[in-house]
Amino acid sequence: MSQVVVDVVLKPEISDPQGQAVLGALGRLGHTGVRSVRQGKHFVLEVDGEPDEAELRQIAETLLANPVIEDVELHLPARTTD
Amino acid sequence: MRIGVITFPGSLDDVDAARAVRLAGGEPVALWHADHDLKDVDAVVLPGGFSYGDYLRAGAIAARSPLMADVVAAARGGLPVLGICNGFQVLCEAGLLPGALTRNGHLHFRNRDQGLLVERADTAWTSSFEQGQRIVVPVKNGEGRYVAAPAELDRLEGEGRVVVRYVDGNPNGSSRDIAGVTSADGRVVGLMPHPEHAVEELTGPSVDGLGFFTSVLSALVVAA
Repeated sequence: MSQVVVDVVLKPEISDPQGQAVLGALGRLGHTGVRSVRQGKHFVLEVDGEPDEAELRQIAETLLANPVIEDVELHLPARTTD
Repeated sequence: MRIGVITFPGSLDDVDAARAVRLAGGEPVALWHADHDLKDVDAVVLPGGFSYGDYLRAGAIAARSPLMADVVAAARGGLPVLGICNGFQVLCEAGLLPGALTRNGHLHFRNRDQGLLVERADTAWTSSFEQGQRIVVPVKNGEGRYVAAPAELDRLEGEGRVVVRYVDGNPNGSSRDIAGVTSADGRVVGLMPHPEHAVEELTGPSVDGLGFFTSVLSALVVAA
């Protein structure tokens, strides 16, 4: 079993009202040094055996993210050599 | 003329859509998302609601249901398809329509009677209207903000793919006041407002919504 992490965020040109609402709350709490907040999604997948990068990339790009509006980052576990 | 109405888990307005089809003079046919059976319908309506609770992204999981594979194939062959609200989100997620629907700019759910400008009166679903006609139908959504990259919006406007645009106020922050778009062939239309809720004087702000359903019936008569 191995663990694969997929992070999804809105593309920079798509405005993020949820992130802006968080930024507003931070300002009200006195955290005036935060300039910007972008909210995204974080998926943790547990897969049997060695992860198949091509299949996981397909999962990430065709279901977990909508490539029209979102960027996706796939984080595979570091390969062990022993 | 047989007009299919798909029910997904979490669809809410399938009964109203079927009723609108009947009031327009068509025969509504109930379709189930998990079947691979379009039941030989002449057109398909994807109704509003909250399929799969809007989990992942609104419409994302419904867009990958078994029946949607058949809808996509049939639409590419010219079958008229109308997506209303959640149905519009499903069509974008399925790749039949460009762009995407995201959380409203003001983060509030918005439910009101909405003015629309009909910019395309030559699609399968809008031929009962006049180009430039103003209509009023209800809008009700929390994730109805139409977005696409600026270059993509330029392309869509250049190709005349905007079917209806919000007038008298933009309810959700949609880019360039876009309320609905169409496929390149004018057979697939998606919009966030709800024409099926504006088909009777007793319950709607107008009967303007009926035009979407009479349009497809006349388009089918012409084709037959």
